[in-house]
Amino acid sequence: MHLWKLLPLVALAAAACATTPRPMEAPEAAAASSEPVKPLVSRVAYSKDPYPSTYKPLPAEDVFIRNATVFDGLGGMIERGAVLIQGGKISAIGSEAAMTMPAGIKTIDAAGKWLTPGIVDIHSHLGAYPSPGIEAHQDGNEASGPVTAEVWVEHSIWPHDPGFTRAMAGGVTAMQILPGSANLFGGRGVIIKNVPGRTAQDMKFPGAPYTLKMACGENPKRVYGYGSGRFPGGAPFTRMGNVAGYRDAWQQATEYKRKWDKYDADFDAWEKKAKSPAPADGEKKEDPKDPPNAPDRNLELDTLMGVLDGEILVQQHCYRADEMAQIIDLSKEFGYKISAFHHGVEAYKIADMLGANGICGALWADWWGFKAEAYDGIRENIPLVHKAKNGCAIVHSDDAYGIQRLNQEAAKALADGNKAGLNISKAEAWTWLSRNPAKALGILDKTGTLEPGKNADVVIWSGDPFSSYTRADLVFVDGAVTWDRANVDSQPVVDFELGQPGEGDVK
Amino acid sequence: MIRKLLLAATLLACAPAALAQQVAITGGRIVTNTTQGVIENGTVVINNGRIVSVGTGAAPSGAMVVDAAGKWVTPGLFAAFSRVGLAEIPSEDPANDISAGASKFQAALHAADSFNPDDTAIDVSRIEGFTRAAIVGAPAGGLFGGYAAIVDFTGAFNSIDTREAFMLAELGEGGASTAGGSRAAAWHWLLTAIDDAKTYPRGFEDDGEGDILIRKEAVALKPVVEGRVPLMVEVHRATDILQLLTLRQREPRIKLIILGATEGWRVADQISAAKVPVIVNPLANLPDRFEILAATLENAGRLSAAGVTVAIADPGQASHNTRLIQQLAGNAVANGMPWEAAFKAITSVPASLYGRADLGVLRTGATADVVIWDGDPLELMSSPDAVYIDGVATPMESRQTKLRDRYMQVNEAKPQAYERQ
Repeated sequence: MHLWKLLPLVALAAAACATTPRPMEAPEAAAASSEPVKPLVSRVAYSKDPYPSTYKPLPAEDVFIRNATVFDGLGGMIERGAVLIQGGKISAIGSEAAMTMPAGIKTIDAAGKWLTPGIVDIHSHLGAYPSPGIEAHQDGNEASGPVTAEVWVEHSIWPHDPGFTRAMAGGVTAMQILPGSANLFGGRGVIIKNVPGRTAQDMKFPGAPYTLKMACGENPKRVYGYGSGRFPGGAPFTRMGNVAGYRDAWQQATEYKRKWDKYDADFDAWEKKAKSPAPADGEKKEDPKDPPNAPDRNLELDTLMGVLDGEILVQQHCYRADEMAQIIDLSKEFGYKISAFHHGVEAYKIADMLGANGICGALWADWWGFKAEAYDGIRENIPLVHKAKNGCAIVHSDDAYGIQRLNQEAAKALADGNKAGLNISKAEAWTWLSRNPAKALGILDKTGTLEPGKNADVVIWSGDPFSSYTRADLVFVDGAVTWDRANVDSQPVVDFELGQPGEGDVK
Repeated sequence: MIRKLLLAATLLACAPAALAQQVAITGGRIVTNTTQGVIENGTVVINNGRIVSVGTGAAPSGAMVVDAAGKWVTPGLFAAFSRVGLAEIPSEDPANDISAGASKFQAALHAADSFNPDDTAIDVSRIEGFTRAAIVGAPAGGLFGGYAAIVDFTGAFNSIDTREAFMLAELGEGGASTAGGSRAAAWHWLLTAIDDAKTYPRGFEDDGEGDILIRKEAVALKPVVEGRVPLMVEVHRATDILQLLTLRQREPRIKLIILGATEGWRVADQISAAKVPVIVNPLANLPDRFEILAATLENAGRLSAAGVTVAIADPGQASHNTRLIQQLAGNAVANGMPWEAAFKAITSVPASLYGRADLGVLRTGATADVVIWDGDPLELMSSPDAVYIDGVATPMESRQTKLRDRYMQVNEAKPQAYERQ
């Protein structure tokens, strides 16, 4: 932890303007103290949140939803369950018989319906690869070099992507938007709430950590080594080139972090000396000399240092089991944690290792075979990762269509797992859709399960959400209805769709 | 346990006796796709690759009885549009025979000549209930994608049923790009190609070329312009569909099928009046391209309600996930298509589009492609317990189930590679 993170935001904001160390004049108050001191200098530090969330919950009213079949997101099911939403938060959940309904509150009778936590998609490119998929909209891969940890995908997000509203109709309340997988280090991902906004900042999930997209295997070596001159070319050509590329970058990040740690320690010592009162015996105060110089800022290494500091969560695209094992060793070599492997078509081959290392598998139900590293895909991948000791399985989409039906993807995986004898309940399987992705994104304290105090991110389904015939009837984010299948006033139409054929139609 | 069941299924499929013996599937909920509708607690009798009877009678004496109580019994699923068997790994050129942009021939190419019955996607598709498919290449370097074949999913060397099921062509954005840059160019190309084929050999005497086609391409299109083989054209925008329908007047002999029709609901009455069937992807609901701005989840249901003959498939998931057609049909039902229509859209409708009235139905005399399901076949959590092709029970295993069985337990004493599946 760097001490400069603890500084008041005002100081951070002031210092954020400088890209090189710049001594600043001490404030008047300090200069006016009884003892003349050398002018104080501000520590060089940069804002961790220069593009802050401007999210505001939609207007919400308190509501008591009763008579539903509830999956609590923790693996439990409640028949004739009820959920009380107050002030945008879950305030109570349980069997209806055991709950007291506050007087005068709005009530929804969910007879015959299912109620679940909102779906969290850990892998989306909405906004960065929006519809229509024209050339002007290809904002997901900064393919200018194999290491582009300095780019932030939020700077690519087009909030008017119609895909956001389609995902809403599918019960998705939050998602991680990631850069593409062309690069070894693709850049920072961002976690958003699935609400309409004028800007990407309007959608940013308050308090969510940043993430870093990394990619294994075929994509980086194809794009760079075999880029046929379209991209800069050069390394990596091979999987060993991929690993050398990661190691080189992590080594630079290690040295960068060492410089900042030293600067912070030196500054602490200097500040201590500068602020210490003059000795009482009238001796002259020791001259604190000049403050230390801050290292030059490097935006790429800032992101990697954030990972080494444990603040930025690594989301690694990786298909093959043997490569995931290499990446686990890489993370140990440089001392960081992998949050989740994404795609992990062969995760079932090392489900035990993923569990032992506390790494989630963010997986498709049944995509396979479209490239060599996807050749060994099986339909029981998700349930096998789930069943491993300490297993953490996640259903992800990576697709503007798949994100609309993640519950259906879970259903297929569950059916195949159970047919193979794995014996998993539907309520347990719901953890793949909300709790586990929230955990791997560092937002489980805020969403992902129906527990008192959490954000009321909730979906009411027309029936069993593991059925083909079921649709999301009502979707709540922070207790506010973002989608209502029965009411066109609660079905957002994005700017792009206005004045076009099919505007406002069932989508 | 699983492995024992698999073994039993394999033995069943391999035993010569199974070929000759009469099989009676009893007690199931039979979806006939005929005027018999759905029969509860029914019996389907199979012999020599054909359906002998469908009804409520008892199993004939001497028949091998398969108890399907609590199960659904249906015709095998028929993929209206697939590329299974054409690309083991689509991203690797040597393992991909889907298109041939560098070839001087396009219309003359037959998917049957690329089809590999050992392709691992065949088993993967069959164990999800698919017994047959129309497989076809993709247009590249011209408007035509060549001839589709009908294949069965036994994986046998002789699994090609029909070499010329339909001819594929592409208009709209894709066709415009191929034809030189505009829709007008694509349309003119298509009409000129049709004229070349119609007039062939007249006009080819001097240099062996027509106005746009070389001689062999014109020969290849002859059966299409004479109405002996359907012409399937991919179009999506409402105006592109209307333009294609004008071909019905200009070329009344050509049998049209529309692939895509994502904005079809806007011109559903015209499509219905022209009696042109469509193959749609019911989940296309994003304005991915400017030609599908009016995409809606209700397209399949609205077309069906307008009286259009609707089959269901997704050309985007054709080589490895043809099996997802089942999910597409379930979602069509969720969005307004009647269950019966959606189920026919993945069985009897495609079969009849390609002249195979003996498939996709359970009736006396029909080809015995039969699937026994553990539940509603359009439900996500249902799957087949048994798949019969030409009356023979097929193995319920694939390369994927072998991988699964190998890794159900990890960290065993010896490496997995010593474990035979």
